[in-house]
Amino acid sequence: MANVNTDRPAHLHHHFATSEQQFDAAKMGMWLFLVTEILLFSGMFVAYTVFRVWHPEVFAQSSELLDWRMGGLNTIILLASSFTVALAIHFAQKNNKKALILNLGLTFFFALCFLVVKYFEYASKFEHGVFPGAAFDPHGVSHGVDYALYNVPFARQFFSIYFVMTGIHGLHVLIGMGLFTWITIGAVKGKYSSEYYTPIENCGLYWHLVDIIWIFLFPLLYLI
Amino acid sequence: MTESPTGTVNYLNHTKTIKSWLLTLDHKRIGIMYLVAVSLAFLAGGILAMMVRVELMAPEEIIMGADAYNQTFTLHAVLMIFAFIIPAIPAVMGNFVLPIQIGAKDVAFPRLNLASFYIYLIGAVVALSALLVGRVDGGWTFYTPYSTSIGDGILFITMGVFIMGFSSILTGLNFVVTVHKMRAPGMTWNRLPLFVWSIYATGIVQVLATPVIGITVLLLFLEKTLQIGIFDPALGGDPVLFQHFFWFYSHPAVYIMILPAFGIISDLMGAFSRTRVAGYRFVALSSVAIAFLGCLVWGHHMFVSGQSAVSSVIFSLLTFLIGIPTGVKVINWVTTMYRGSVQLKTPMLYAIAFLFTFSIGGFTGIMLGVLALDVHLHDTYFVVAHFHYVMMGGNVIAALGGLHYWWPKMTGKEFNEPLGKIAAFLVFVGFNLTFIPQFIMGTQGMPRRYYTYLPEYQSYHLWSTYGSWVLGAGLFLIMFYLLASLFKGKKAGLNTWGALSLEWTHTTTPPDHHNFTELPVVTRGAYDFHLARHLFEDGKEVSEVASSSAE
Repeated sequence: MANVNTDRPAHLHHHFATSEQQFDAAKMGMWLFLVTEILLFSGMFVAYTVFRVWHPEVFAQSSELLDWRMGGLNTIILLASSFTVALAIHFAQKNNKKALILNLGLTFFFALCFLVVKYFEYASKFEHGVFPGAAFDPHGVSHGVDYALYNVPFARQFFSIYFVMTGIHGLHVLIGMGLFTWITIGAVKGKYSSEYYTPIENCGLYWHLVDIIWIFLFPLLYLI
Repeated sequence: MTESPTGTVNYLNHTKTIKSWLLTLDHKRIGIMYLVAVSLAFLAGGILAMMVRVELMAPEEIIMGADAYNQTFTLHAVLMIFAFIIPAIPAVMGNFVLPIQIGAKDVAFPRLNLASFYIYLIGAVVALSALLVGRVDGGWTFYTPYSTSIGDGILFITMGVFIMGFSSILTGLNFVVTVHKMRAPGMTWNRLPLFVWSIYATGIVQVLATPVIGITVLLLFLEKTLQIGIFDPALGGDPVLFQHFFWFYSHPAVYIMILPAFGIISDLMGAFSRTRVAGYRFVALSSVAIAFLGCLVWGHHMFVSGQSAVSSVIFSLLTFLIGIPTGVKVINWVTTMYRGSVQLKTPMLYAIAFLFTFSIGGFTGIMLGVLALDVHLHDTYFVVAHFHYVMMGGNVIAALGGLHYWWPKMTGKEFNEPLGKIAAFLVFVGFNLTFIPQFIMGTQGMPRRYYTYLPEYQSYHLWSTYGSWVLGAGLFLIMFYLLASLFKGKKAGLNTWGALSLEWTHTTTPPDHHNFTELPVVTRGAYDFHLARHLFEDGKEVSEVASSSAE
């Protein structure tokens, strides 16, 4: 307290010596957090692998019920959003506030599009009784597909894993939208500059992880 | 700022409102709040354990029936493991001491630190609310399909565990980043106190293993609510998969519990032997080695669960490997005492007790890792005794040593040393008396988790229960004199024990709100007692005596 340095920028917390130290610490913390996210999903990937190895035909057949066009569309949407969030960081570094806000807004919009597509996918499944767990009871015909044919042993496991994995992934997309709302408000208020853009960088890292998990989910669930 | 009656301003009295405590970002205050919370969890879990021991004094019903017994030991385990042992050393002493030991003003993420405390509290409350909802029994491992067949209480317990897991991750993450990024100038990795090394290794395990228990209990939750059919064999699921998931976390979790204890013991050995800790680098890196190997041995809990023989052999071999870094530590601690001049103060008594109790726990662990022997000993009291020798004889005894060691620094008050020694003696005797009979009856086939037993085991159970009373008396004595010291204790000096890590040499007692009046520049290791003649006077650095007396 004796030597309060008046040159310290407003964003620098009292327990850090320099902005670089604060930035490095925040970024390392984010990377470690991403490690925990990967391990969280790895449990589900292991469950998927185990059941797929045991029941390969059921998994191959069940995945036909998932619409690869919708999944593919969502893949493109997420890739685009990863691009816009990378641009947002770039424009934050360039002190271009207008482009920063535009790209954050676009990222939010893509995230919303992803969830809308996911909503229609889920709805088309629920409509035909494809639920996770005990309520699993495929029935009805749509687009020439007889859902009842897919009511075989262990199809329930496939769809349980599908709903749990995409559900938890969707939750992460929702959290991402919350984060982007928060940093967009900060950006409008002018909190960020080339001197300080840590939250944007870290939200970007988080968003890339959400993207890359989908990159694994899409082929495993929809394509093979 | 207000002046306290004693004239010093410190982290305890620089602000006084309740709000300033509840919303504090100060790692020291958060450590104290954790201390209160985990102590209450320990008290509750301990009372449940005493109830279990009383019931086991005779084969027939004494104070509770089979049903109540099953719920009591389950709640004892869940409370002790998730609400007490896992946060105990890292969140209490790690929070209080680690930033000061590395010369930092605070942990890297103070707000996250406070959040982790409240997340822990919420998790504990959610887990305990299971009591109101319905019966939860079958032990802390929640094995399927039994766990999905009992009442809804299991939903609350698993969600509580999930939430407390978040808290554990945030604590571990915070410490790993803090050790990497917040060290004072000159505080190189080779100068870190060994307590810091062990909390660092613990943090890595917390970050790597805890998310897996998160997804496991989440899937268990969904199995119970939606019947997703992943774990329940009646629905086509695989209960062994649950066991793999569960132990993938819960075995490393054992190292989350014991690694911080190793750190405290290393610090105590150095401080009270008045010499450098022998093999400093080996002791430091063996923590990291244990953290790494500990993530690869989960299958030794499943030798009789139907995993393949090849897996069992590999897991058994990996389990033996952990004995190496652990042995490195024990041998170096003994060497430290041999080379130093040992001062038998209360904290050191716990460190020496630890050498006995933990070594017994460690060796019996190796025995349980032997495939053929494990088939005989699996699910007997031998496992119960082994587990308690590692957890209580390891973690709790080290935590008590650490609590006594840092108590004067934390509170500014000295506790009653003769009472401390008597209590340490009671704890050591009581603990061994409780669990040695359990080893013996385990080898004779007494199965765990039963409220009744064959009459020939009764004498062992009686001795075990008497031991638990001695142990309980010791623990209550500690509670009594520590609380009494807050009101009547002598004012503690700057460096109660003459130790050399920064919390003793570079800050006031109790520490200043900002830890240091000026940022320390470190020029020596934490155990460089051999430099004493040149640099130190009564354990204080000459240059610092001047600055600290100016308070």
